Amino acid sequence: MSQATTTTLSPDGIEIERHWLELATRRRAYSWLIGIGLLVAVAGSLWFANDSNAGKFFDRLPHFFEFAGDLVPRDGWEVWRALFDLPSPYYDGSLKYDYPEGRVYLFGGFYFPEYFYKMLQTLNIAILSTLVGFIFGFLLCFLAAKNLVKNRLIRGVVRRTMEILRAFPEIVIAGFFAAILSLGAIPAMFAVAIHTIGALGKLFFEVVENADMKPDEGLRAAGANWFERVGFGIVPQVMPNFMSYALLRLEINVRASTIIGAVGGGGIGEELRLSIGRGHQAKTLAIVLLLLVTIIAVDQFSAWLRRRLVGKQAFAFGGKQS
Amino acid sequence: MTALSAAAIADYESRHPEVFNPPVWKRFLPLFIAAGIVLYVVYCWWFFSIGTVLASGQWQRAEIYARDWVSYAVRATVKMSPEATTVSYPRFSELGNNPNPDWVIKNGNDVSIRFGSSKSLDINAQRVIATRGSESLTILLEPNGAKPQGTLPKWAQLKEDQVTVNFGFAGQADIIPERVVVSRRFLGWANFVFDTASPFWGKSFGEVMSMITSGERIKPEMSNAALAFDNIWYNSSWQHGDVWTKLLQTIVMAFIGTLLATIIAFPLAFVAARNIMPNFFANQITKRFFDFLRSVDMLIWALFFTRAFGPGPLAGIAAIFFTDTGTLGKVYSETLENIDDKQREGVKSVGASPVNVQRYGVVPQVLPVFASQALYFWESNTRSATIIGAVGAGGIGLKLWEAMRTNTNWHNVAYMVVLILIVIFIFDNISNALRSRLTGKQH
Repeated sequence: MSQATTTTLSPDGIEIERHWLELATRRRAYSWLIGIGLLVAVAGSLWFANDSNAGKFFDRLPHFFEFAGDLVPRDGWEVWRALFDLPSPYYDGSLKYDYPEGRVYLFGGFYFPEYFYKMLQTLNIAILSTLVGFIFGFLLCFLAAKNLVKNRLIRGVVRRTMEILRAFPEIVIAGFFAAILSLGAIPAMFAVAIHTIGALGKLFFEVVENADMKPDEGLRAAGANWFERVGFGIVPQVMPNFMSYALLRLEINVRASTIIGAVGGGGIGEELRLSIGRGHQAKTLAIVLLLLVTIIAVDQFSAWLRRRLVGKQAFAFGGKQS
Repeated sequence: MTALSAAAIADYESRHPEVFNPPVWKRFLPLFIAAGIVLYVVYCWWFFSIGTVLASGQWQRAEIYARDWVSYAVRATVKMSPEATTVSYPRFSELGNNPNPDWVIKNGNDVSIRFGSSKSLDINAQRVIATRGSESLTILLEPNGAKPQGTLPKWAQLKEDQVTVNFGFAGQADIIPERVVVSRRFLGWANFVFDTASPFWGKSFGEVMSMITSGERIKPEMSNAALAFDNIWYNSSWQHGDVWTKLLQTIVMAFIGTLLATIIAFPLAFVAARNIMPNFFANQITKRFFDFLRSVDMLIWALFFTRAFGPGPLAGIAAIFFTDTGTLGKVYSETLENIDDKQREGVKSVGASPVNVQRYGVVPQVLPVFASQALYFWESNTRSATIIGAVGAGGIGLKLWEAMRTNTNWHNVAYMVVLILIVIFIFDNISNALRSRLTGKQH
């Protein structure tokens, strides 16, 4: 075989080989071009990033480890004292060690530690806005599905609305509502909820479009109206998927509400920003610990529930979307 | 179709008891869930005192702010006195240093201000006549206050000695005996290209082009084209240069952050995949490392690196890099664990070295998936980079947030939002096109 290809090529064979070599050369040239282009883009970007940064990378690198060293508290118990608002032996009247100040008293001597309270606030923002997003996304998605609404105009309007809600940066919505309602948790909630409506709405209508239409046909044959068809034919089969997407969204929203909290939405994000900025080691570590545990717990809970709802399918996707 | 007999019904019931007699909790489950949700919402309502906050919100401002996104107002003050009526404008007016707008008509001591075709104010020292369509209102200017004659129409308000006349979108006027303060609103963005300090301000496109191509040098040290560019770049109210630099920072943050994350996550994922690296401890350590990077949120990384490197895109790059190394590593190692083993066995059976087994048995299978995931993250990070910028990690986020906090620069906010949306739209499409070419299907 190999001899046939190297020694006795027919004229057609030679032509084919020439073509193949040409193609291979062109392909290699393109690969090189793309590679070089990418390298130039990366070098340029890195230079630009370093140039427009407040501190330069190589100047700051030695200080970086200094900063990491700054995070070490005076003793290991300080972190727990900060976390549970216990009095510190180093208390000197400054904000750094005033752990008991933040206590939220429920009744008598029973209190809620400050950071747990703030974490609860952030979690509530995330849960409530996911709930609102779920409800509105649920109501809108059926109107955007090709198999349920034949009118292109309605479908188009609903889809465009969802796209706008999704594409608008969350921070702008938060800022706009903060201007009306003053800074706090509620503008953050508006921002996260509005984004969630768009994001969930899109995922939901795609699920609806992939639904099995046989139950719907049966209902139509029995004379059901549109609402009955959707309610009894579509909703039962798409609900597990909807729930799974909503849980995935909850994971994202916990992170999002922490971030929006940091720019003024309140909650644990703001505490973290302040504490890092002021160089309070024990407080910073306590908040990071609390956030880490909460995020892992929410992720694990959501993964467990999704596995129960839709099985393996829930993990086909990377687990990140926006 | 015939009706079922009682015996047949009983037969079905005995065969499927779980359908006909479900446990109580299952029968009322939807009701319990609904009640739980309602209770939770009530709790949140109390927890955040949502009712109070919504009630004390200044909703009338929402309309004003929303209007500011796409329009601007010009102020003018008309001072009346028996000797002379004068019209003055603020020092940094959108109309430049010597304003002479066509909506203000001076005729001796009479000043007429037009708010569109059928709305106007006629002012002289004794009285002001406001006309809105077919209705008109005469306001006499007496020493103890402005006195509207007849019944007040809906669009006018009397507060002590001041009458406020509202012309809708076109503007409004506050009238007191000595002066009238006019606010005239126009659709669009004022002085978007050149600010009022620029020599090119107020010229038409053709005039500017001819000044650039054939006019005499305005400033001896630079050409007119360079001057025009300089004026646009440093436009004082729009700050094009700064906005575009910050936008580029955001793009760079997402690009470099994702790229670095991909480069680091790629080899680590091979260590984490248990079918490729048979060492249990290496698997577990790498996987837990990914989990750690992923769970310490992007915000925490952003704040840490902002503290370490100072505000700027380096912090943003590092934050995206750290978080996404974790997420991409997890996704990649899961993909690797699900590969088809036959190709590896085939390569192994011809005696290839372990590295070549991976290179020819594994990589060709997973590369399209890996690349498509990386593109997906790149797209998503372009959005995230805007938000983490607001905590100081570089990019347009902080500028956007500051513009919003002033409560007066909503037109700048609109400008930046439009730019961000365009960038996101372009990158979405690039990433979608590349991904569908890589995986061979439409997304």
